[in-house]
Amino acid sequence: MNAPLTHKDFTTSQEVRWCPGCGDYAILRVVTKTLAEIGATRENTAFVSGIGCSSRFPYYVESYGFHTIHGRAPAVATGLKLTNPELDVWVVTGDGDGLSIGGNHLLHALRRNVDLNILLFNNEIYGLTKGQYSPTSRVGTRSPSSPGGSTDMPLVPGQFAIGAGSKFYARAIDTDKVGLGEVLKASHAHKGASMIEIYQNCIVYNDNVFGGFTDKENVKDSQIKLVHGEPMVFGAEQNKGLAFDIKTMAITVVDANKHADEILVHDETNKVIAQLLIGMPRPQFPVALGVIFHQPADPFDKTYYNNHVSGMKRTGNIKDVLRKTTTWKVD
Amino acid sequence: MTSKTELESVVIRLAGDSGDGMQLMGSQFVATTAKLGNDFATFPDYPAEIRAPVGTTFGVSAYQVNLGSVSITTAGDEPHVLVAFNPAALKVNLAIIAKGATILLNSDAFSSRNLTKAGYTEDPRTSGELDGYNVVEADIGRLTLEAVKELGLSKSDGGRCKNLWALGLLLWMFDRDIKMVSEWVSNKFAKKEVIRDANLAALQAGHIYGEASEISAYVTPIAVKAATFPPGEYRSIMGAEALALGLAAAAEKADRKMMFCGYPITPASALLHRLSQLGELGVGTFQAEDEIAAVCSAIGAAFGGAIGVTASSGPGIALKAEAIGLAVNTELPLIIVNAQRGGPSTGLPTKTEQSDLYQAVYGRNGDTPIPVVATRSPGDCFYVAIEAVRIALRHMTPVIILTDGYLQNAAEPWEIPDVDAIEPIATNDAPARDEDVERQQQAFTRNPDTGGRPWISPGTLDLMHRVGGIEKDIVTGHISYDGENHSAMSDLRANKVKSVADFIPLQELEMGETKGRLLVIGWGSTYGPIYQAVKAVRETGADVSYVHLTYIQPFCKNLGDIINGFDQVMVPEMNMGQLNTLLKDRFSIDPISVTQVTGQPFRISNLKKKITAALKAMQPGEAA
Repeated sequence: MNAPLTHKDFTTSQEVRWCPGCGDYAILRVVTKTLAEIGATRENTAFVSGIGCSSRFPYYVESYGFHTIHGRAPAVATGLKLTNPELDVWVVTGDGDGLSIGGNHLLHALRRNVDLNILLFNNEIYGLTKGQYSPTSRVGTRSPSSPGGSTDMPLVPGQFAIGAGSKFYARAIDTDKVGLGEVLKASHAHKGASMIEIYQNCIVYNDNVFGGFTDKENVKDSQIKLVHGEPMVFGAEQNKGLAFDIKTMAITVVDANKHADEILVHDETNKVIAQLLIGMPRPQFPVALGVIFHQPADPFDKTYYNNHVSGMKRTGNIKDVLRKTTTWKVD
Repeated sequence: MTSKTELESVVIRLAGDSGDGMQLMGSQFVATTAKLGNDFATFPDYPAEIRAPVGTTFGVSAYQVNLGSVSITTAGDEPHVLVAFNPAALKVNLAIIAKGATILLNSDAFSSRNLTKAGYTEDPRTSGELDGYNVVEADIGRLTLEAVKELGLSKSDGGRCKNLWALGLLLWMFDRDIKMVSEWVSNKFAKKEVIRDANLAALQAGHIYGEASEISAYVTPIAVKAATFPPGEYRSIMGAEALALGLAAAAEKADRKMMFCGYPITPASALLHRLSQLGELGVGTFQAEDEIAAVCSAIGAAFGGAIGVTASSGPGIALKAEAIGLAVNTELPLIIVNAQRGGPSTGLPTKTEQSDLYQAVYGRNGDTPIPVVATRSPGDCFYVAIEAVRIALRHMTPVIILTDGYLQNAAEPWEIPDVDAIEPIATNDAPARDEDVERQQQAFTRNPDTGGRPWISPGTLDLMHRVGGIEKDIVTGHISYDGENHSAMSDLRANKVKSVADFIPLQELEMGETKGRLLVIGWGSTYGPIYQAVKAVRETGADVSYVHLTYIQPFCKNLGDIINGFDQVMVPEMNMGQLNTLLKDRFSIDPISVTQVTGQPFRISNLKKKITAALKAMQPGEAA
């Protein structure tokens, strides 16, 4: 038997061309490492991307790769996965690519539950086109196309995903190797469309936009790592917890020592709580990380083959099919 | 026994409200026609609205069939028999039927209200407007209800059988029994006994009415003898059906799966429906969320090693343009079917046109050439589909098949091909790993004759590589922004399409000599009328030849030589002169452009006039 693959085996000869300090480097490293750890094979792995900084990703992974056109990666990936359901298909997209020009395809890939691992690099800005505000940019974002500050409401990717019918949604931070690695593995294990939103820092056009919860001094009080079956506690002293206030139908932060019995236990199959966790406003609440929602269901590629008359196999022949109608002979 | 009139060929047009069941009545009439061995061609002509307001002229749906004991290639110029279910149907169709034609009117529907809706101020039956026609009236609605009354149906359910009543009468008029249609009705409504019995009763009543009523005093049954077909096994086929079967046959011949990814659009959807029935041939169909997703998922399927196919009509093809460019750049095989309809924008969704030729040849960003082929008749769609797949897999390129709304729905008798005689389709299979070069380079090491690269799909051991829309190095296959390289890659893409001409057959003449005065060049569904027009003019001894193109990009290698043998070229097409532009550009000639964009196929008689006039205008020996 061959030696197990390492992250180096998943690295191509191509020089990586992201800006120095870009969060994409960290993500690439965790992804290649995770591929090795989950025992992926290079020949049965395919990375499909759209257009944007993040979409250069396939060039740097030694597997099969397809750098498609703006916004269309989920559609190309769907065709690929339907044709060969044995493949591990990863989609790499960004907030502009996946939620603006390609919003429709992302929506339908999620609703159909195609077995794709969708990595949405969210940096809340258009990087490759030089810094315009994106559909996830916060109101007031100043950019070359919004010098007075953007006025449109940002989209919340997790709410979009769950609204579209996604059965798996997780969140991670580019530089959090452990947290990102864990959700990548969970996403891979989930059969169906899984969406991972990765907060990714754009050092050039939107630097430190996530600093409020990624700066070292803020991490413990502004992040909550969710683990299925574990109570939702956070804070430097693990002294805060999330509870559900039935009167306001909202999540509240409570003192973990005084109200231990009120603290919610994370149930990743609970869609209602998942939506509340995704929508928690900052900085009053911590940002929820980890697998926020996971509800197993048959993936599209499986139901498609099950419903197909011959499971996509050639069981008949054209000679007979041509004659499945009234025919007549002329002598 | 009533006497019979024997005719060589006859054109029948059935017209009524879009809810009257004209298409069903027509297709069942054609089924009996096929069985009796007549040659035929059909033309379903229906409105864009599913159920337009009842009784209006814009809601009129029609079905035309031309049947004969002689060779039939068009649905016919002028109907000899018109069945009009209401005043609007009469109003719309009177102008196009032959003088002296037999008109069967459903007199029940000629109420003052319906006359007003159709825009008549006076009843045409008494105004003298129908003088010179052989008008036959029957209370089809009332007689149908009479026939089904014992079955206890509601008035509206009973009324729905009136197309079967009329079909019964029509079958009598054409000297046919009702056996075949009865069997069809019994099968179709096997589980709905009352509906079945009502339709059978109506059908029979209509047939008996012809024999027993005074109608036989005005109409003599018309017999059309069986046509002489070359020996063989035949079936009836529609264009969309032939295209679907041809694509599936190609998949079998290439021994690959086929994945068809489409989005509903008229008149292309018929292909999606047909292919959805062919699962047992390893065909998958996927209804995508939009036109762009349809072409993109077909490209994903092609990357995955299946024959990726997408289809649409002009507006949808416009949306797919960027992705077609991606398939060119990634050198993946892809079939794009365009069932053309009237444009621009939404245009005339249910009417036929050939106005997407520029779009097929030129309609992408960048220098992005792709092969283009066109279908000429329903049965021809089968062969063109196979040819398109052959080109796509040989050269690793997208290929556009141009068909149109007319061909999608038109039917003709068709000799079932000998599938064994069709050459297998070769694929550029994955090579063995060559350790001396990078894997990426192996994926882009092309066949020098065809420009085709190896078709290596994910799952193939040790040949991992990346494809994409960014320009790549001509040797290594890695991203390259180098200007000289881009220039070389542009040449490579152009030469690849040119090289298709080395593998396709030479252009053949449909009719006439290789040298002469006038050469008519056609393409697409105009084959039928052009063929008949040239034939008729040649029968007068005129010097005119005919070429019909299947291969539009590239043209067959010898097309220029053929053109050079003639003093003048004429190009009839259902657009504003698009092939004409291509020929001008390619061969520096100045053809006579004959165009028509009325949403209707060419009439043979019009083309005859154009050809005759052109010959007359040419001085003897005049050079082009």
